[in-house]
Amino acid sequence: MDFFKRHFLVALAAVLGLVVVAYVGAQTKLQILFGVVVPYLAALIFVEGLVYRLIQWARSPVPFRIPTTAGQNRTLPWIKRDLDDKLDNPDTFKYLLGRMALEILAFRSLFRNLRTELRKDPDNPEGARLIHWSYKWLWLGAIAFHYAFLVVVLRHLRFFTEPVPMPIQLLEHMDGFFQFFVPAVYLSGVILVVALFYLLARRITNPTLRYISLAADYFPLFLILGIGISGILMRYVYKVDIVAVKQLALGLVTLHPVVPAGIGPIFYVHLFLVCVLFAYFPFSKLMHAPGVFLSPSRNMVANNRWVLHVNPWNYPVKFTPYLEYEDKFREAMIEADIPVEKES
Amino acid sequence: MDDKYKNEFGAFAPRPQVEKKFYDGKYILAGLIIFLAMVALPFLPNVGKTIPPPERQLDTPVIKKIAEKDRKCIMPTEWMRANHMQMLVDWRDNVVRSDEKGAPEVREFVSPDGRKFLASLTNTCLDCHSNKEKFCDQCHNYVAVVPNCFGCHLQEGKKLAEAK
Repeated sequence: MDFFKRHFLVALAAVLGLVVVAYVGAQTKLQILFGVVVPYLAALIFVEGLVYRLIQWARSPVPFRIPTTAGQNRTLPWIKRDLDDKLDNPDTFKYLLGRMALEILAFRSLFRNLRTELRKDPDNPEGARLIHWSYKWLWLGAIAFHYAFLVVVLRHLRFFTEPVPMPIQLLEHMDGFFQFFVPAVYLSGVILVVALFYLLARRITNPTLRYISLAADYFPLFLILGIGISGILMRYVYKVDIVAVKQLALGLVTLHPVVPAGIGPIFYVHLFLVCVLFAYFPFSKLMHAPGVFLSPSRNMVANNRWVLHVNPWNYPVKFTPYLEYEDKFREAMIEADIPVEKES
Repeated sequence: MDDKYKNEFGAFAPRPQVEKKFYDGKYILAGLIIFLAMVALPFLPNVGKTIPPPERQLDTPVIKKIAEKDRKCIMPTEWMRANHMQMLVDWRDNVVRSDEKGAPEVREFVSPDGRKFLASLTNTCLDCHSNKEKFCDQCHNYVAVVPNCFGCHLQEGKKLAEAK
């Protein structure tokens, strides 16, 4: 089996296996395990893993400031710097905040994504031409996915709060704005799944990307797809007793867990996949979420030209001053008529 | 051996001694605390409380009149809890939007045990469950669902129809 298929199928089989485990588990007497023990365990692993990884990161020395070539660094007063230079190559904390905000909220690095392609070109003697063109689809897929996921997560707060806060109800209203189908279709759910399918298709159809994609890249995609699809199926097709679901969810966050009877197995599939996502999060590429705040080429003011930064891992270097050198070779230098500082 | 930095060309420098400490630890800690606080914020007011789910009240005058053993809904309770909204919308679509909307049979609903009902929220459902606040609203509020049934099907609307 070739490289791509192995990584693709292992991840797919893992997610399908998780679905089967939860489905079978919910049919047996193990509902307390899947409804209470696993969620608490997942939350514990998530927080513990997050703190562990952040401590690890905090102990790594911070590298030198990296001014980016995308913007003109602050220099002689007559060299022009526009707003985009200041944002891309910030010299003050204010513009640094601007750069970080653009990166975190608008995915600026992805927006600058280029694609390098050989395009057919009859005018060229070789019949093709190498072009680097601005490729925004990845940015669009990524930002659609992330914001849809955020809305979906916030919307789920209606199961974990009582009374449900006004902003959450408002968000839900906006999300179901078009009021088609019963229950009303949430736009965020549709966008989430469509964006995920795009991100998955992108990995599979682009040969270079497929070559570097590992099981760890496919697994989160399949897992979140599984969560999205099970959630959508639960809302629109295999309906469950939603009051009992909220009772279980509230029980979890009020620390008085209960497992009401009569919740369909699809709920446990959904919940179990979410738990796996939480437990998997700190040990995977998903840590880019806290990691983006610590990107060294983004989160430091590029002030190397006027502030001295000492490399934290500099070691003492043994060097020979010129006079020591001359002392060692003076006779040979005089013999070869090389001028010396001291004659003897 | 260990104090030399090695690459494929051999040892070329002493291993760099990195000080064991937190670099920008206070910012990372602050970020972590802010994140955990934001996550915990919506749940904090209810921690430790026991919040009972809403109790569906079935003590309306019409239900009380029915003999104990005959008190059953048009569909099994478990099914109704999950699917009542779909059934009501199907009824609406049959009556208002289907091709045979005037025909008497589209207004007829036959339950699995063979009983026949008029397919109507106001006349059938709300006849027994006349306590909308205690039967419909409290669960809808509990899970923050806003059905648009009651924009038209008000209790007052039914009384008006009876008066005519």
